[in-house]
Amino acid sequence: MTDDGDLVFRALADPTRRHLLDRLYERDGRTLTELESELEMTRFGVMKHLRVLEDAGLVATRRSGREKLHFLNPVPIRLIHDRWIDKYTERRVSALAELKTELEETA
Amino acid sequence: MTTMTAQTTQVYSVFIRATPEQIWEAITTPEFTSKYFYGSLVDSTFEPGSKYNSWSSDRSQLMVDGVIEEAEAPTKLSHTWRALYDEESAAEEYSRVTWEIEAGDGGVSKLTVVHDRLEASPKTAASVAGGWMYVLSGLKTLLETGKPLAG
Repeated sequence: MTDDGDLVFRALADPTRRHLLDRLYERDGRTLTELESELEMTRFGVMKHLRVLEDAGLVATRRSGREKLHFLNPVPIRLIHDRWIDKYTERRVSALAELKTELEETA
Repeated sequence: MTTMTAQTTQVYSVFIRATPEQIWEAITTPEFTSKYFYGSLVDSTFEPGSKYNSWSSDRSQLMVDGVIEEAEAPTKLSHTWRALYDEESAAEEYSRVTWEIEAGDGGVSKLTVVHDRLEASPKTAASVAGGWMYVLSGLKTLLETGKPLAG
């Protein structure tokens, strides 16, 4: 088994997959058909991306009758946060994040 | 920035380098829950129909109450849930929490928490959303390193 983090970083390294996570963040418990209708992509393509997210643990699925529902599972992101952000960069990161927000709001 | 409306079914899962029995023990004994579940002490016989209570660390206050619906050690535990630590949540309907534990390859098990029946409990739904994430990452750290999460 690889380090849990590898799969998560790999899954996040793709704009379509990040977009899918954002869609699920807004409202989860969605079917493949619903998610597919919001993307310019074939059903097979969306399915492949969801599989990568599921393998990384970022998406959890539940069966409801005949439907397979997709849920955002934020725990792996929390674990990356604990491992990489908490440890040594929190103060500097938040200062930079605030600066970015401020500059973008005034721009 | 998009805002999130709290979901009426929430699913959280985590892979833990531990056996299902170890995870079951961590969920059902107060010595363990005090180290990752906001210091709370779980209190139940874990028999269907019995109470599921969770006390503050000094046992002065009941934080969560509910009833055990299903208990199949070490793979499934389901109980109702009412959060008493917050006045608005306490006034809402009972929701339900289900813990599922699956053994996997290489000594790694998968723990999934499903918090549902939240349709009539929007305050609870909003307040537990970040909480489960914290609880599960703390549980993983505790079982894998023997230490509670710092902070």
